[in-house]
Amino acid sequence: MSPSLLPALAANNTWFAIWPEISLGCLALLLLVLEIILPVSARRHIPTVAILGQLVLFGAVLADFHNGYVGHETFNGLLRHTEGGQIMRLFFILCSVLVFWLARLTLARQTMPKIEFYNIVLVVSAAMMLLAQSNHFVMLFVALETVTIGLYILVSYTRSNALTLEAGLKYLIMGALSSALLLFGIVLLYGVAGNSALPAHSGGAMHFPELARFLTANPHNSIAAIGIVLVLAGLAFKIGAFPFQIWIPDVYQGAPTPITAFLAVGSKAAGFAALLAVMRNVFPAYEWLTTPVLSIMAGATIIFGNLAALTQHNVKRLIGLSGVSHAGFLLLGVLAVAHTPLALGAVYFYLFAYLLANFAVFGVMVHLAGANDPEQELEHYSGLAKQDPFLAAVLAVGLGSLAGIPPLAGFVGKFLIFMAAYQAGFHGLLAIAIIGVVISIYYYFGWLRAAFFEEWRPSTELAPRPERTPANWSSKLAAAVLALASIAVGFCPGVFGHLLHW
Amino acid sequence: MSLPLFDPLLIAIVAPLALALAIALGLPKRWSVRLAYVAFAIPLLMGLHVWWHFAGAAKDHGYAFVTRYDTGLSGLGIALKLGVNGIAMPLFVMAGIVGFAAGWYAINSAAERLKIYLMLLLIMQGGLMGIFASVDVFYFYFFHELALIPTFIMVGVWGGRDRIYAAMKMTIYLTLGAMLSLLGLIAVYVKSGAHSFDLMVLHDTLAATPIAVLTQKHFFGCLLFGFGILVSLWPFHTWAPLGYGAAPSSNAMLHAGVLKKFGLYGLIQIALPLLPEGLAPWAKGLAILAAFGNVIVIGLVTIAQRDLKQMIGYSSVMHMGYAFLGIACGTALGVSGVVFLMVAHGLSVALLFLLATTIHHRTQTFSMDDMGGLGQKAPVMAAFFAAATFASIGLPGFGNFWGELTIFVALWKFSPGFCAVAVAGVILSAVYGLRAVARVFYGNASPAALRQAEQTPVLDLTWMERIPALLLLGALLFIGFCPASLTVAINSALASR
Repeated sequence: MSPSLLPALAANNTWFAIWPEISLGCLALLLLVLEIILPVSARRHIPTVAILGQLVLFGAVLADFHNGYVGHETFNGLLRHTEGGQIMRLFFILCSVLVFWLARLTLARQTMPKIEFYNIVLVVSAAMMLLAQSNHFVMLFVALETVTIGLYILVSYTRSNALTLEAGLKYLIMGALSSALLLFGIVLLYGVAGNSALPAHSGGAMHFPELARFLTANPHNSIAAIGIVLVLAGLAFKIGAFPFQIWIPDVYQGAPTPITAFLAVGSKAAGFAALLAVMRNVFPAYEWLTTPVLSIMAGATIIFGNLAALTQHNVKRLIGLSGVSHAGFLLLGVLAVAHTPLALGAVYFYLFAYLLANFAVFGVMVHLAGANDPEQELEHYSGLAKQDPFLAAVLAVGLGSLAGIPPLAGFVGKFLIFMAAYQAGFHGLLAIAIIGVVISIYYYFGWLRAAFFEEWRPSTELAPRPERTPANWSSKLAAAVLALASIAVGFCPGVFGHLLHW
Repeated sequence: MSLPLFDPLLIAIVAPLALALAIALGLPKRWSVRLAYVAFAIPLLMGLHVWWHFAGAAKDHGYAFVTRYDTGLSGLGIALKLGVNGIAMPLFVMAGIVGFAAGWYAINSAAERLKIYLMLLLIMQGGLMGIFASVDVFYFYFFHELALIPTFIMVGVWGGRDRIYAAMKMTIYLTLGAMLSLLGLIAVYVKSGAHSFDLMVLHDTLAATPIAVLTQKHFFGCLLFGFGILVSLWPFHTWAPLGYGAAPSSNAMLHAGVLKKFGLYGLIQIALPLLPEGLAPWAKGLAILAAFGNVIVIGLVTIAQRDLKQMIGYSSVMHMGYAFLGIACGTALGVSGVVFLMVAHGLSVALLFLLATTIHHRTQTFSMDDMGGLGQKAPVMAAFFAAATFASIGLPGFGNFWGELTIFVALWKFSPGFCAVAVAGVILSAVYGLRAVARVFYGNASPAALRQAEQTPVLDLTWMERIPALLLLGALLFIGFCPASLTVAINSALASR
């Protein structure tokens, strides 16, 4: 390091700007230390410590929401702090807490070392937070890879299960492919922006504003266009959009349930945060290209996700494919962002509604799963309402919100997205979305039908149903909070209204 | 705007929902059941209060009791704005009456898991009151869905034959209808440029700068078919008889009586005034579907029914045909007839479903072939059922008569041909109605009925059953003999726009 750089760094000491991410990293290290120093009997409290730590962090970030960094770049333009970034920070902390909650129940049935699992979840969450604030393709790629590599480990964590291993392998191969596509796209953009024969060329075109300047000066460059499509393709893997959704059913089924939830909510949201960043800050000049590409993607994603989910019997595959259709609805919101100010808030709102609903459903799923985690069939839900009305009610709220039924939060999310899409003029896609909603009612309803309307008949079943775990008080509390939050946000969406600046 | 301390509309919505929440949070059964009487009575009392004070109340755009509560969506032009105009008021009162009758009957029924059953019914009641009290289009839709969800669950869990299939079919049809109408509502909101879902603001904005005629036609079509599916417009009606056949009685009373009126109400209160040029291109087609589909085809299908509850379900689909015909006229006269018919039909169909279930308790069947001779043992029940049937046919003295008569007069001006078809429909409804009375209550008891009567002696209507039936029948007779109690408000609301 050259001597002149040190004073410059000291003068521009912006490490404090990323204190939430650093705190999460420290918390992750603390867990490892605690595992070494605590006696064996006390180690089961380590996840509780982590959950409490994250809740404190959540409160601190919320209190520090409008800090001095918002609207500024730090680390020489690697990061840009925005209100959207602050919202996503809160989102990822919440997501991580809920993954911990699920993991405590699921890991109790396994004989794996446990602390490493929590440790990796924390690191991945920190990386997701950085990803949402990245302002530079190096930052975006490094953060995305940290997320992905962490998830490679987590997906195949219960390595004694054949389906889990298969899921891990599939995720590894598809993830590597998507990273390669993304990287190739970045390289093409960087390369073409450095061509000194072109106007506004720049050597620093990894930086979003620099690249955006170049793209604005060259709005019809074919190499840049290929690069943009490849970057979108790489991100489409993360959000599970058609035609890059093929890995979803197998990986979602094989991964441990908390990680399925982490993929379905955290990883998808991280992909959308990155997509929003590039769509808003880098690619506006190429709207002629991104709009048709994303439109086709959104329409096909909605249709594919819903049709494929219709035939599923495994609930993990079902929720994965329903998540694909949700990615389509969110893409509709992303498309509208360029045209109407309503859309950005709508996307964030939808993500939060999706988080609340999904974790409510996953919270019920972990109570019904046995030691063989990938085996969670729709039939296992029959008679749930009689045996455990509380879990059945939580399931109903979660699925109802995912289906977008008033008065639940998911309805308001869909309503806002539809309104934004209508204002932006995507009428054809809106028609597809509405057909998608009607189809989705069928499979969400089928799930509820098993839980509420069907009796459990042990004699007709070949494979025995896994033993259900009754919910303890802390699980009940968490599930009730999630369900009530879905209802409360649906009745009074304004809780987020001021946060999202409508 | 300062908020009044006593807001009858909000109280009518919140009271049932508050008890539903309390039950969900674990209120003991004893208290749930006792408080349910109160929670169902409050909307009724508030409805009567609104009806009594409506004429003298201060009005804004024809709406009385206007209040506005911010729910944090004001940036989008959405707020919980409550108020009733002359069209909403009669329906609001009707929802209170039918809700109380259905609630009373449910509390005294032997439903399994009564607490949950009452909770769902209370949610439905809260939603129903909200539909007719909302001035904000967003909340109008919102409350409809709130009332709709319990229907699916109640049909699926407490329903009769084919309950799961019926629940699923209803869910898919009604979601499609709701989605189409939502799309139409969003389209009107965006195109109006009013940045508000407030019906008064939308009305003022669109009166100043109307939407282009061709666009109005498209939007109206979207609303017409969206709402049409919800009101069982032929050929999108197949969910209705199936669903009502399977639904538990209180749920069928509330859905067929009140909730189904949402679609008609939306057409009258939103589509017609906001899209005044939208109806004309569709009027002829709508009249053909309603006259030949709903009235004649379904009328004939109703005659062929052997199942009492299915027959009532089909007859309700048929009567919706008259309502659509009245809307197709597009005149204030026709629409006033529709509003009146909506109120009267809501009361009479609820009464019929109530009585059908009491009959089922005596005979253990809905099949009319296995009944007969019930009138000798249960004369009061026979009298109630005959009265409800006469009301449904449209005999003078009952509310339905005025509604249908007004529609026929309006229809004559629209097209005498359609008027003739509609009047022919009355004969069809007389045929199936009177046949049902004859097969259930007169003649000799069928062998199946005799066997059943040996096991359990047939009792006449108990007082627990008579109270809700009397309430509904009394209301029907009241508006039948004193139609001006509603028409003054309806006509002034229609004349002012």
